[in-house]
Amino acid sequence: MEIVMAFVIGFLYAAALYMMLRRSIVKLVIGLVLLSNAANLVIFTAAGLVRGAPPLIYPGELLPPSASADPLAQALILTAIVIGFGVLAFAVVLIHRAYEVVGADDMDQMKDTDT
Amino acid sequence: MSAYMDALIALPIIIPLLAGALSLVFWRSHAAQRLLGVLGTLLLLIVSVHLLLETWEQDHLVMHMGGWHAPFGIVLVSDMLAAIMVILTGIIGFATAVYSLSDIGERHERFGYYPLFHLLLAGVNGAFLTGDIFNLYVWFEVMLVASFALLILGGERAQMEGAIKYVTLNLVSSMLFLTAIGLLYGLTGTLNMADIAVRLGEVEDTGLVTVIAMLFMVSFGIKAAAFPLFFWLPASYHTPKVAVSALFAGMLTKVGVYALFRVFTLIFDQDVDYTHEILLWIAMLTMLTGVLGAAAQFEFRRILSFHIISQIGYMILGLALFTPLAILGGVFYILHHIIVKANLFLISGLTYQLKGSHELKELGGLYRSHPMLGLLFMVPALSLAGLPPLSGFFAKFIIIRAGIEVEAWLAVAVALVVGLLTLYSMVKIWNEVFWKAQPAGIGPARSPGRSLFWMWPPIIGLALTTVAIGLYGQPVFEMAERSAEQLLDTSRYIEAVLGADYIESLQEMRR
Repeated sequence: MEIVMAFVIGFLYAAALYMMLRRSIVKLVIGLVLLSNAANLVIFTAAGLVRGAPPLIYPGELLPPSASADPLAQALILTAIVIGFGVLAFAVVLIHRAYEVVGADDMDQMKDTDT
Repeated sequence: MSAYMDALIALPIIIPLLAGALSLVFWRSHAAQRLLGVLGTLLLLIVSVHLLLETWEQDHLVMHMGGWHAPFGIVLVSDMLAAIMVILTGIIGFATAVYSLSDIGERHERFGYYPLFHLLLAGVNGAFLTGDIFNLYVWFEVMLVASFALLILGGERAQMEGAIKYVTLNLVSSMLFLTAIGLLYGLTGTLNMADIAVRLGEVEDTGLVTVIAMLFMVSFGIKAAAFPLFFWLPASYHTPKVAVSALFAGMLTKVGVYALFRVFTLIFDQDVDYTHEILLWIAMLTMLTGVLGAAAQFEFRRILSFHIISQIGYMILGLALFTPLAILGGVFYILHHIIVKANLFLISGLTYQLKGSHELKELGGLYRSHPMLGLLFMVPALSLAGLPPLSGFFAKFIIIRAGIEVEAWLAVAVALVVGLLTLYSMVKIWNEVFWKAQPAGIGPARSPGRSLFWMWPPIIGLALTTVAIGLYGQPVFEMAERSAEQLLDTSRYIEAVLGADYIESLQEMRR
């Protein structure tokens, strides 16, 4: 399963980079979305994939069963998803405003501030 | 009183958050927001001075958030480096808050300048004080979101274009950071930086550790604007209001540098020959490209933006040489640079208000009309170039001395040449803006229309600070020395955070 996840993550990173290297700013944002999902999956996979073993402590015991899933990684991903969502919402508004101001969906038209 | 002492480490984060929330409450009253801006940052400055003194006394201050002991809960840690950075945030925050009284107009205030300003300070302080790697990511994001909004406040075309580059590259950097955290967590099973440092010592797969170290280096390199990842900085830093530029120029890239210092002393010190050799080359190339980029520019704030990059190189050089003297020099350089660079940006804003332009070609004759401003420009400009007796001289001197001691001749040569070219850039600004006659046909474009009074005190205050660090540098030197000791002797940090009992039990388990 880890192997499959590794390929999925690698593909997501590749797709994200490809999208970000396009000239269109809409594709740029799509690239950012994919990148953030890829990073979340890395955390998920790196923390260890455990099937059907929720980290619950059963009555009368002090610890969860030894091979249960890691709740911390999921908490991290949840935080990262929320932050990523907020930031991407901003990015979408930004490209919309940029499109209105510049009048084009093309990074090549946005070189005024470069040097 | 004891409750205050307990919360002392958290206060530099709480105060700006509260001030920001209160500014939101007084959304309609701009006067109240301005007052909150000045008072909030003044309070922050006072508390950060106290935090510095207390950290000096006790070596490390540690606070376990919510009573959850490390490594399970999030800790706030104040060592000398963090305390120095927090006090600099206080100084720059206060200076820009006062400056904003004259610089930021009604229109920007209506879009929520002050709440965002406080949120930015909270994010920056959080990043300095946290002892948890994932928490560092969260504070980075708090800081980034606030900086995004501040950058586009006003909504001009240049701001939008600059913001797209700034937002994209910073988000890519955050995602790389997150990936690196994920891999590091998979490897060590912990997020507490001290605990990670302990556990990485036991990891057998050192190749993977170096891969993660490189991910961190690229991620923080983007945030610090190191070569070759700096392109977002000169594309965006000259677009917002000057008060915002000054705050960004002073604090934001330095958060990246701070993160590099923290991570590459505490966590990734296993393979110094490899990682710090790369840092050394990055440092040299950053210095060179930054200063050469500046030489080609003829816009006040763009020249200053490129100089941020070249100065970042000096700081990374201090880290890369990795001797006690070099780290000391790096910390001293950060300290000096933040004050000087923010001041130069503030001055560029004042000249803009007086002459209505940032282009060197359209400026001129300011020394004749405002000799005092010319003098005030000379202080930070010459300090940036590293002329004695100003603070920049000692900062450069320490780093170059450290380079000579380890016989890194190439780095020393680059540092000296870059210092000379910095002087060239500063003299260019001086000649064009202050010395040459007002160009014919371009008069003082417009009268500022509002009082510029509040622009002067921050400029004068920061210039005096620069002179004071130069003439009376011993306490600053000692603080930097102590922080270098702490950064290199990581066992003190680890013991302060985790406690001797925990480390003992870890060693027991290993046996």
